[in-house]
Amino acid sequence: MPRVLLLIFMLLGVAGTALAQTSAAPTDDAGQTTMASPDGEGRPSESVAPGVSKEEALRTSLAKFKSRDFDVKAEAIETIARSGHERGEALLQALLDRELLHDLAGDRIVLGEQADGGWALRDPISEEDVGRAEARAARPVIINNRLRQQIRDLKSVTALANPNPLNRREAARRLVGNTDPVVLDALRARQAEEANPLVKGVIDTALNIAVLRDPASHLNERLNAIDAVAGSLEPAVRNVLRDRLAQSDAAAERNAAERALSKIDQRTERYETADTLFFGLSLGSVLLLAAIGLAITFGVMGVINMAHGELIMLGAYTTFVVQQIFPDGHEWSLLVALPAAFLVSALVGIVIERGVIRFLYGRPLETLLATFGVSLILQQAVRVIFSPLNRSVVTPEWMSGALEINPIFSLTYNRLYIIVFALIVFFALQLVLKKTRLGLQVRAVSQNRGTARAMGIRSERVNALTFGLGSGIAGIAGVALAQLTNVGPNLGQAYIIDSFMVVVFGGVGNLWGTLTAAFSLGIANKIIEPMAGAVLAKIMVLVFIILFIQRKPRGLFPQRGRAAEE
Amino acid sequence: MKTKKFSLKRLAQAGIAAGAISYSGLVMAADTIKVGVLHSLSGTMAISESTLKDTVLMMIEKQNEKGGVMGKKLEPVVVDPASDWPLFAEKARQLITQDKVDVIFGCWTSVSRKSVLPVVEELNGLLFYPVQYEGEESSKNVFYTGAAPNQQAIPAVDYLLDDLGIERFVLAGTDYVYPRTTNKILEAYLKSKGIAEDDIMINYTPFGHSDWQSIVSRIKEFGSEGKKTAVVSTINGDANVPFYKELSNQGMDASDIPVIAFSVGEQELSGINTGPLVGHLAAWNYFQSVYTPENNQFIEQWHDYIGDDDRVTNDPMEATYIGFNMWVKAVEKAKSTDTDKVAKAMIGVETPNLTGGTAVMNKNHHLSKPVLIGEIQDNGQFAVVSQTDGVVPGDAWSDYLPDSKNLIADWTDPVNCGNYNTKTKTCGGQTAK
Repeated sequence: MPRVLLLIFMLLGVAGTALAQTSAAPTDDAGQTTMASPDGEGRPSESVAPGVSKEEALRTSLAKFKSRDFDVKAEAIETIARSGHERGEALLQALLDRELLHDLAGDRIVLGEQADGGWALRDPISEEDVGRAEARAARPVIINNRLRQQIRDLKSVTALANPNPLNRREAARRLVGNTDPVVLDALRARQAEEANPLVKGVIDTALNIAVLRDPASHLNERLNAIDAVAGSLEPAVRNVLRDRLAQSDAAAERNAAERALSKIDQRTERYETADTLFFGLSLGSVLLLAAIGLAITFGVMGVINMAHGELIMLGAYTTFVVQQIFPDGHEWSLLVALPAAFLVSALVGIVIERGVIRFLYGRPLETLLATFGVSLILQQAVRVIFSPLNRSVVTPEWMSGALEINPIFSLTYNRLYIIVFALIVFFALQLVLKKTRLGLQVRAVSQNRGTARAMGIRSERVNALTFGLGSGIAGIAGVALAQLTNVGPNLGQAYIIDSFMVVVFGGVGNLWGTLTAAFSLGIANKIIEPMAGAVLAKIMVLVFIILFIQRKPRGLFPQRGRAAEE
Repeated sequence: MKTKKFSLKRLAQAGIAAGAISYSGLVMAADTIKVGVLHSLSGTMAISESTLKDTVLMMIEKQNEKGGVMGKKLEPVVVDPASDWPLFAEKARQLITQDKVDVIFGCWTSVSRKSVLPVVEELNGLLFYPVQYEGEESSKNVFYTGAAPNQQAIPAVDYLLDDLGIERFVLAGTDYVYPRTTNKILEAYLKSKGIAEDDIMINYTPFGHSDWQSIVSRIKEFGSEGKKTAVVSTINGDANVPFYKELSNQGMDASDIPVIAFSVGEQELSGINTGPLVGHLAAWNYFQSVYTPENNQFIEQWHDYIGDDDRVTNDPMEATYIGFNMWVKAVEKAKSTDTDKVAKAMIGVETPNLTGGTAVMNKNHHLSKPVLIGEIQDNGQFAVVSQTDGVVPGDAWSDYLPDSKNLIADWTDPVNCGNYNTKTKTCGGQTAK
């Protein structure tokens, strides 16, 4: 069934009526015609009975979408593709985009767009305005995964002629492993004229797999095909080689398959290591972001701030609010959210310091309890203001998806940006501490409060500003974390333990220690996780830290000198 | 701003709830029927449970507009167990002994239900539990209006096996009792259907897990070995958002490896952009998108009550709706709010579902309901792609676990037992007094 379908859809493309890509080179058209015409000519006209116009046939097919039965809908998709009507492809695309509606009141299939809480309806063929419907009085025609796949396969075949090589490559990749003769004919036709080496490579792989899957192919052909695909990382290649290894009668072929597989396995292993490393770095960067603010307030100032997680949460909520203020600015609103989150969290931090912590310096237990109370207050405040439900933060387009390096190794953009971002924040903070007046004062006060005051430093003010700085950085971390996880009242709780873990492990008061600790814990976690599972990995890391702290109570990089004596 | 309006509304509601609590303590209200609401309004579970509190309050308000029950007004008593499991037991005790409520609607997690269970049994209270759960339980004092595994997990896997032709399964869950029991049942079920051990991968993650990179990449690898693969997800609560984000970022498309979830409903999806998730699945007894007059009316009422047209409805809300309506019918039938009389009257009670048809309360205190499979759409809603022909009666004790194979629950004479062994003809524990 899908075979016939594909054939017909291609013919459609040949006729040029449905092909939106008018800029395709004329040679493409010629190539496809010679390829498709011998066995499929005349079929579109067959389906249109004499006396019935194409448009009526199309309307009859469309009416089938009122059915709840997916088989009926699959048939309708097929007849629409076969109809030869110029609206065919656009209508299938509309079906995919949920723009094809069943208007319940008029019991008809129409095109529709959401407008003022209802639907603006258009005729599917003439595209004329045909009125509107209430939100629940019309609903998109439901398709399932099978139908979606059906439409996409149809599109992939036509997209092989797309002028953009990236689209062609994508289309070819979707067809790798497909052994439908019609698809293979299309791939062969494309292979002959494809100039782009990347696209050609994918098409070659697809055709070589087809050779290996074809029971009628000659041994020599198969051996050549195995040689050709030996370096490919496409999962379909591995699968076909495994099948050949298990099924082939010829020893030469089995040997070739085995060699090719071991070559593939070697490469796969290398990329798996790289994968683990990337995951570890990315988890490490999240830990670093969460912990770095704490490294200031706890590490440098010695305040056990249990409300640190909630300061991160405030940053995440600031991101949400900024996106609400600029509903159309999803692509750039993060840039506004960063300073806004810094300010909000820093202000809250300063209020906490002025209101609670300054009365408790040198009394760690009381500080712990008081800030824990503050964290609960902040959580519940957020619940009252924003509701206990999670808020949706939109991920900008440039942070979605993945940078695909090869079929088995890709780096997700959001993680990539967050690694870079964490490092920027880290070095910016180093700069502030090392090169600015505030940094100098902070270091002075943290090393010896009495002497610093005697030198004329207003230690109260420095305390407030330092705490504000640490809190503000927590807010910035919140902006980044909002891209990875839930923005909800519990966001902070999830990170407070991890943050303390990183700071203590790295050595209190040492920013480089925090950096090293974050990345080494992240990578360790990701190395253990595939072997032991996520639950056990976390436990093992915690046990390791407990043992480590027993041996070296001051962490990886203990502070030396006078400051450490206190 | 929208958020501001919303916050004021919530403040007002909190005030009303607080007022209700203090009011109920002061007034001797012989002419009202008290309804306890035991859902977390703070802590981790507030995200899910506070919606159900609002649902019960809305139902009470509506019932009072209709004249109450047996001529008496209903009076809500709202308490906040704050996502703290032992506190659930304390608050339940307080509701029954101090506030003298006649019925409790409450709990979400299985742990909270297990903690309340001895209290309602000891004090002979009445609890309506509205969430899908792992089964293996039936108490005289509890009515389970959510789905048992055979009303959700088994039909979902059947859909994967029969309609999608899936040959390899990843069972991914959060590490606690519901996913572990459900996966045990599913594993036994899949093996009985001829799926090999090697083709089942089981993975557990901690609560609130947020780093899904390696797991998603392993699932992709597991699914790239030539056999059609699907993920059966019992991942709970907040962990779903980062999981689905990772799925879409790593480009795991529903047509390659579909994910079918038992804990992801409209509310969970309202936190994410569902564009890249189109085609992933969920199995429930209710979807907001189902077009029936009852459901349209319910959604309209909900939007009016909550004052926000963007708020979604979900399956536990329907279970609360059914449970509440059944309780009202049972009280009217028994002409009393006495626990034993109501519990007896409950069996066989029928009320309309929101998805069309009727729900029936069975002898084992579980419902007969239809099972729907939906695909995620780009607007955060589900489109129903498959539906059981009739209703499926909830099975308290799974037929696929060796320990519970022979057990049934039947709260009518002569059995009157929550875990009756049909082989040995004995009752294995708690019986009716």
